[in-house]
Amino acid sequence: MKASVLVRPKAGILDPQGDAVEHSLRKLGFEVSGVRVGRVIDLEVEATDEATARAAIEKMCHELLANPLIESFDVRFEES
Amino acid sequence: MSTRPVVAIVRFPGSNDDHDAAWALGSVGAEPVLVWHDDAELPSGTGAVVLPGGFSYGDYLRTGAIASLAPVMGTIRQFADGGGPVLGICNGFQILCEARLLPGVLRPNRQLEFVCEDAVVAVENAETIFTRRCTAGQQLVIPIKHGEGAWYADHGTYVQLAARGQIALRYAEDVNGAFANVAGVVNAAGNVMGLMPHPEHAVDPLLGSADGGLLLAAFVDAAVEHSLAAA
Repeated sequence: MKASVLVRPKAGILDPQGDAVEHSLRKLGFEVSGVRVGRVIDLEVEATDEATARAAIEKMCHELLANPLIESFDVRFEES
Repeated sequence: MSTRPVVAIVRFPGSNDDHDAAWALGSVGAEPVLVWHDDAELPSGTGAVVLPGGFSYGDYLRTGAIASLAPVMGTIRQFADGGGPVLGICNGFQILCEARLLPGVLRPNRQLEFVCEDAVVAVENAETIFTRRCTAGQQLVIPIKHGEGAWYADHGTYVQLAARGQIALRYAEDVNGAFANVAGVVNAAGNVMGLMPHPEHAVDPLLGSADGGLLLAAFVDAAVEHSLAAA
């Protein structure tokens, strides 16, 4: 089963990378605000149903993919 | 028994201050032994462990995140649980936070620039095994060199840590956006410390400062005590 994990800086956490990107977008003339930079991790897991896959991926997030002190995550499954 | 305690210095792929740490610890009385991250055991008679600076695993995912899962980390966790002194410098601090042996996390510097300069660091708690050769409030000049050194914990956690004396070192001014200018923290038991400044680069006045030697010498004292207690 293919899934994407979106890891984002938590709300309220300073994101200097997002600020720098926002600043550059403004220099290009885009009127933009609230830019935050996270990361996407695509992966495949062996699972017969989405609930099992989700449980496994959430465990991965807690143990490695995200740091709960500063990051939130969101799991999305690819439509097959 | 030798009076020089064995201090294990753990090398990960991408560590680069391991030899500096070995040299500096040797200069203050330790017997440094380099240990590979894939080793599940520490050298016999290890009195203390250092996680040195560098860029373990290329800082992939988050700094220290991959290294925190290395085979040697289970052994270090046991060593720390048994009261063994553990010091994480820079990347070592990041690894200890990711391993949750220390509170908080190191984030990218606020200015998004790598900082490389001498920093003035004040000793907030002079009663830890790492700072007891210093006096409270003493200002140390120790180099910093990092891109992701802004320590962060939520406000509630920070208040608790401060009340318990776990904030060991604080920058005299804002250098990287660290929460409350925190430069170094200890765990609740007081035997594990992480700091972003590099004491191993400040052990000789010829190179600008010998203040780092105060921290390392105190750490070596603790290594002697732990060796004797374990023997």
